[in-house]
Amino acid sequence: MQHYDAIVIGGGLVGSAIAYGLSRAGLKGALIDEGDVAFRASRGNFGLVWVQSKGLGAPHYQRWTRLSADEWPALASELRERTGIDVGHERPGGVHLCLSEEELAERGARMEQMRNEAGNFGFEYRMLDPDELKDMLPGIGPAVLGASWTPYDGHANSLSLLHALHRGFLARGGTYLPNRTIDYAGVAPRDFRLGSGADQIGAPRIVLAAGLGNAKLAQLFGLSAPVRPQRGQILVTERTSRVFETPTTTVRQTVEGGIMIGDSMEDVGFDTTQRPEVMAAMARRAVLSFPFLAGLQIVRAWAALRVMPPDGLPIYDESEKFAGAFTANCHSGVTLAAAHANAFAPMVAAGALDPVMAPFSAARFDVPHAA
Amino acid sequence: MFRTRPEATGATVAVTVEGHEIRVPEGASAAAAMLLAGFSSTRESSIGGVPRGPYCLMGVCFDCLAEIDGVPNRQGCMVTVAPGMAIRRQHGKRAAGVE
Repeated sequence: MQHYDAIVIGGGLVGSAIAYGLSRAGLKGALIDEGDVAFRASRGNFGLVWVQSKGLGAPHYQRWTRLSADEWPALASELRERTGIDVGHERPGGVHLCLSEEELAERGARMEQMRNEAGNFGFEYRMLDPDELKDMLPGIGPAVLGASWTPYDGHANSLSLLHALHRGFLARGGTYLPNRTIDYAGVAPRDFRLGSGADQIGAPRIVLAAGLGNAKLAQLFGLSAPVRPQRGQILVTERTSRVFETPTTTVRQTVEGGIMIGDSMEDVGFDTTQRPEVMAAMARRAVLSFPFLAGLQIVRAWAALRVMPPDGLPIYDESEKFAGAFTANCHSGVTLAAAHANAFAPMVAAGALDPVMAPFSAARFDVPHAA
Repeated sequence: MFRTRPEATGATVAVTVEGHEIRVPEGASAAAAMLLAGFSSTRESSIGGVPRGPYCLMGVCFDCLAEIDGVPNRQGCMVTVAPGMAIRRQHGKRAAGVE
């Protein structure tokens, strides 16, 4: 039996950010990962570090997201120093485009409500008219009637982020165990033992960060993680000279020059196939937003599965039955990477979640039915 | 450096590579035309600006990108030559077409 201070199950962005944070706190960690058969939301995502749409009616989620966006620059520079990997983080603010009067009115109302709910915490936003948008986003088309903007948003190269978190974890003495499934789990308070093939490992802390796999895994540890898959599709154009730095919710240009288009949310179960009709609809709206895109070639396209809790908000929990077992579930592994490394991991290291995390508990789904 | 295969048909299709006229066999690819014209490096990469040339010649590696008849970033190995085709080196990233 190999003993560690903490075991993290799941080597995607959520798990590796937590494992990185734990190793930085001085804990001897093991990171268990699946193989290339995994669904890997971390390798299919859009790469936004996004704040402005998060937490309507749930100000704790807005605060958590903002905390992460604020911690992102420090995480990015720390990863560059420790691993030599530039994760390409930029925070020029972000824009959500509206292509009809109806969309514009709805967006304006949503942003105002976000500001009201933020209270003293504050929520800075502006609605931009087409003239202002032209300066910020050259190439924008006449179909765009306006947009919301906040200074909090940004983007990054999520593949570099995943690479850097893994390398940072390893550099701190972490143990990475890929191509594993959990064959056996011995579960007791602050005493967790896992068997995987010939390996046996144990630790007083365990964090479940296995994405869609958490739904099953959580039950073994007295936890609940009712996550479901939500498909998203992405198109990427050939690389061009830099047109704009500001990301939008559905179109962004990477630092390398490719323009990513991501604009689908589909409830289709565990189906990662691409759908031409969805891709066409995405391309159509992108070209309406930025007519020059029509002249560019699409060089890559893919579909991937988001990890979606029932209400879209993250689930963070600790087991009441088995102290020392934690779970982390969200569809924003890039945005929340800094919160996971710099805020969530220290709580796990300390042995208990901070009371501010209580609203994220899966207990919120256990609402008694009315008689 | 590169020669056509002995069984290849005669060089009958006239194209230009970087403005120089060259005749290549019917059915040849634009990438082959660039190699036959003497270019082993046919583009500069989009990030590092390093010289690159056709490698896999079967549509996978994207190292044969060229500007063909005014359209940038085309995979030269996947485009069959046509009379009068104008093939040029691809210099890094293309322009986005935004003034």
